[in-house]
Amino acid sequence: MSLLKIQDVTMNFGGLTALRNFHLELAPGEIVGLIGPNGAGKTTVFNIITGVYEPTHGRVFFLEREITGLRPDLITKAGIARTFQNIRLFKGLSVLENVLVANHLHLKANYLAAVFKLPGYRREERRMREKALALLERVGLLELRDEQAGALPYGLQRRLEIARALATEPKLLLLDEPAAGMNPKEAADLTAFIKAIQAEFGLTVFLIEHHMDVVMNISERIYVLDYGMTIASGKPAEVQNNQRVIEAYLGVNEDAED
Amino acid sequence: MTLDLFLQHLSNGISLGSLYALIAIGYTMVYGILRLINFAHGDIFMMATYFAFFGIATFQIPWFITFPLVLVLTAALGMGVEAVAYRPLRDAPKISLLISAIGASFFLENLTIVLFGGVPKPFPAPKLFTDVVQVGTVAIQKLTFYIPVVTILALLGLGYLINRTKTGMAMRAVSMDYETAQVMGININRTIAFTFGLGSLLAAVGGIMWGMKFPQIQPLMGVIPGLKCFIAAVIGGIGNIAGAVIGGFILGIGEIMLVAFLPNLTGYRDAFAFVLLILILMSKPTGILGEKTAEKV
Amino acid sequence: MENKTRNWILTTVAVLLLVGFLYFADNYLDLYIVRILNVCAIYAILGMSMNLVNGFTGLFSLGHAGFMAVGAYTTALLTMPPAVKKQIYYLAPLMKPLDQINLAFPLALFVAGLLAAVVGGLIAAPVLRLKGDYLAIATLGFAEIIRVVFTNTQSITNGALGLKGIPALTNLWWSFGTAAFTLVVLRSLINSSYGRALKAIREDEIAAESMGINLAKHKTLSFVIGAFFAGVGGGLLGNLLGTIDPKMFSSMFTFNILLIVVLGGMGSLTGSIISAFIVTIANEVLRFLDESINLGFVVIQGKVGMRSVVFSALLMFVVLFYRHGLMGETEFSWDRLLASKICRRTRALFRKNLQQRGVDR
Repeated sequence: MSLLKIQDVTMNFGGLTALRNFHLELAPGEIVGLIGPNGAGKTTVFNIITGVYEPTHGRVFFLEREITGLRPDLITKAGIARTFQNIRLFKGLSVLENVLVANHLHLKANYLAAVFKLPGYRREERRMREKALALLERVGLLELRDEQAGALPYGLQRRLEIARALATEPKLLLLDEPAAGMNPKEAADLTAFIKAIQAEFGLTVFLIEHHMDVVMNISERIYVLDYGMTIASGKPAEVQNNQRVIEAYLGVNEDAED
Repeated sequence: MTLDLFLQHLSNGISLGSLYALIAIGYTMVYGILRLINFAHGDIFMMATYFAFFGIATFQIPWFITFPLVLVLTAALGMGVEAVAYRPLRDAPKISLLISAIGASFFLENLTIVLFGGVPKPFPAPKLFTDVVQVGTVAIQKLTFYIPVVTILALLGLGYLINRTKTGMAMRAVSMDYETAQVMGININRTIAFTFGLGSLLAAVGGIMWGMKFPQIQPLMGVIPGLKCFIAAVIGGIGNIAGAVIGGFILGIGEIMLVAFLPNLTGYRDAFAFVLLILILMSKPTGILGEKTAEKV
Repeated sequence: MENKTRNWILTTVAVLLLVGFLYFADNYLDLYIVRILNVCAIYAILGMSMNLVNGFTGLFSLGHAGFMAVGAYTTALLTMPPAVKKQIYYLAPLMKPLDQINLAFPLALFVAGLLAAVVGGLIAAPVLRLKGDYLAIATLGFAEIIRVVFTNTQSITNGALGLKGIPALTNLWWSFGTAAFTLVVLRSLINSSYGRALKAIREDEIAAESMGINLAKHKTLSFVIGAFFAGVGGGLLGNLLGTIDPKMFSSMFTFNILLIVVLGGMGSLTGSIISAFIVTIANEVLRFLDESINLGFVVIQGKVGMRSVVFSALLMFVVLFYRHGLMGETEFSWDRLLASKICRRTRALFRKNLQQRGVDR
């Protein structure tokens, strides 16, 4: 059984084709990487999976259920969580609140119960807090729970964003350049961290990454995009030696991209 | 309805639409650059009619001197508002900018009430424009024909300025990409100030003709036309000058025809623009000529 | 936990003092002052409800006056005696069964809130898909449409003539009681999981949605609750003033409330309350600007409208130089008050005084 299946997806923006005839299948428990030069359409893949964009053509299935064009919040409820390339934390809220917000989708009590603090809501709120604190402890941010999220150092913001995604209790976690801007030591720590949470939470991880060390080390399989087309896919070692991948990265006969 | 009557309504609609178009351009240009609803624009238009009033009625300056003077003063006023209310907030959150715009509008209105009184004043329209000509069986003011002509001339001038001059190119660059334009060495503040001046000047052209067509001026006269013209700009596709003109005509002609064909709804005339706005926003939020932009995630 | 007890005691004392003051004001202060106090409390309600939408949820809505109008007309029509209605509807008689209905004030206020909330809900569906300026102008447009409709529905609202002789049922107990209720409900909402979701939407809509928050549902929730309290506030206002007409509920009114929200701090309920009092009282104090003052030896000519000029200048001044308002996004708390400089200094002075007099502790 596949966890996620993308079938022949094409995405046009006006005259620009950001993604063309894209296929992908993820099995439960895998860690899969998505690489490619800037502007290759990687984030577009994420935006299509999470419902931010509706593909021009093609279909997306999650757990055998079609999710093409579904609202982002419903896709998250179905079990897909993500982080963003340019960190999108709730900057003005505290670290704890950021994680609590991600718990909100599990809340059963309605707003009247919440306003009048009925027992059912109180119980849920208490449980949410316990879960959030446990998660913060797990990712090592417990001490900083009352800090403003926007005031955290960059590396910790990345970590908080992952924690926030985990709080939605996903089956599939999408990480958009989690190691961006990190030095080799930090990147290595992050790799270990991702592997650890993947095992611990029983996740499937799909990540976009430019740090080749991280991707090659962590991924069981890798997809390579260039100009919206899949030019290679397979085991890290296979991809690394693929002629077309090398060309795409070195830009043979092509002007270098920004 | 006879053909004569219909043509009369149509010509009224066209001249009202021309006035809306002239004012709508100011909104659309400012929005194109600052992404801001210049709430004070309607009041700048109102001030123009007062300038004209004082020139002609109080100081007895002939109209052909007064009108150019009014254009200059109004343009200066627009630039002044920009310098005081918007320039200090370049890096502020958008909501602050909008509130400042509302404050500026409010301020101009109340200042006019204090300085010139809240009682409506008769606009001293030169007889040359208000003369009536007989067309078939109906009498139409000459002004009704002049307005579209003046509007077309103003639009041609604007088109030349924007497409053929260096300043116009700077304006287009800034509205396309603020930061890149700055890096390219365009003086942002001067370009923005110029845009405000130009928009206000067109509002003044509209204001003078408005005063002649509806010869009663008062401090709050800019509020409703201001809102409607912003709506016209949105309908046409905000940021797009041709769109503002189209929106202005749709609104002006639509409004007159509504009253002409459905006299029962005359009381709802002012609601027409808003209903149209909401319909447009629901169906095509970026307006008729607007382009869809996807937010970067 | 010691602080918690202390704060609880301080709050109780403050509430008792307020109740005592209201009793005193109700019985001994002159009607003019009582009226101003009523207005303060009503503006606090309106400010808080607008803050929920604009400050906490980040939706720039300018439709407040419309909801207030719905509330004011509803309460007025439900509380006016049938005889008075017969008298003032001389152009067209009031529609049945409104001409005979007469409800108790609290019930009428509640219905007013509900009706405003329903209108809010109807508007929310199309409007809340818009963002930023578009939302602002569309909500402003809806408020204008409500006003135009009210001007034209002669047999329901009495058109441009407005309503006169609305019974003066609003008193200090109702206005301050409702304000307190509004504060308690909104505070509880904002501190709940729903409130966190609203703030998340304000901070980053896309991230909020990708955390599983249903944007439409939560924005509508905020909008509808805001409309409810705006309706109740409008109802209190109508039955305080005794006369209402459609002109009263123009966008100017919305901007006045906006001034309160901005001055108090977008995202601070207690800020809105404080600024409602400041703005209302300042509005009265500045009244001299509109009137002539006789200083005995010289008469200073006031100018009608001067007050509004000062007011709009103030609004601009606040956004230009004092963007975060009085309270920013924080709420009043005893801990903060007691830790504040002024308070510490006063205490130090007090202690010194005691020591000087040789009183031990």
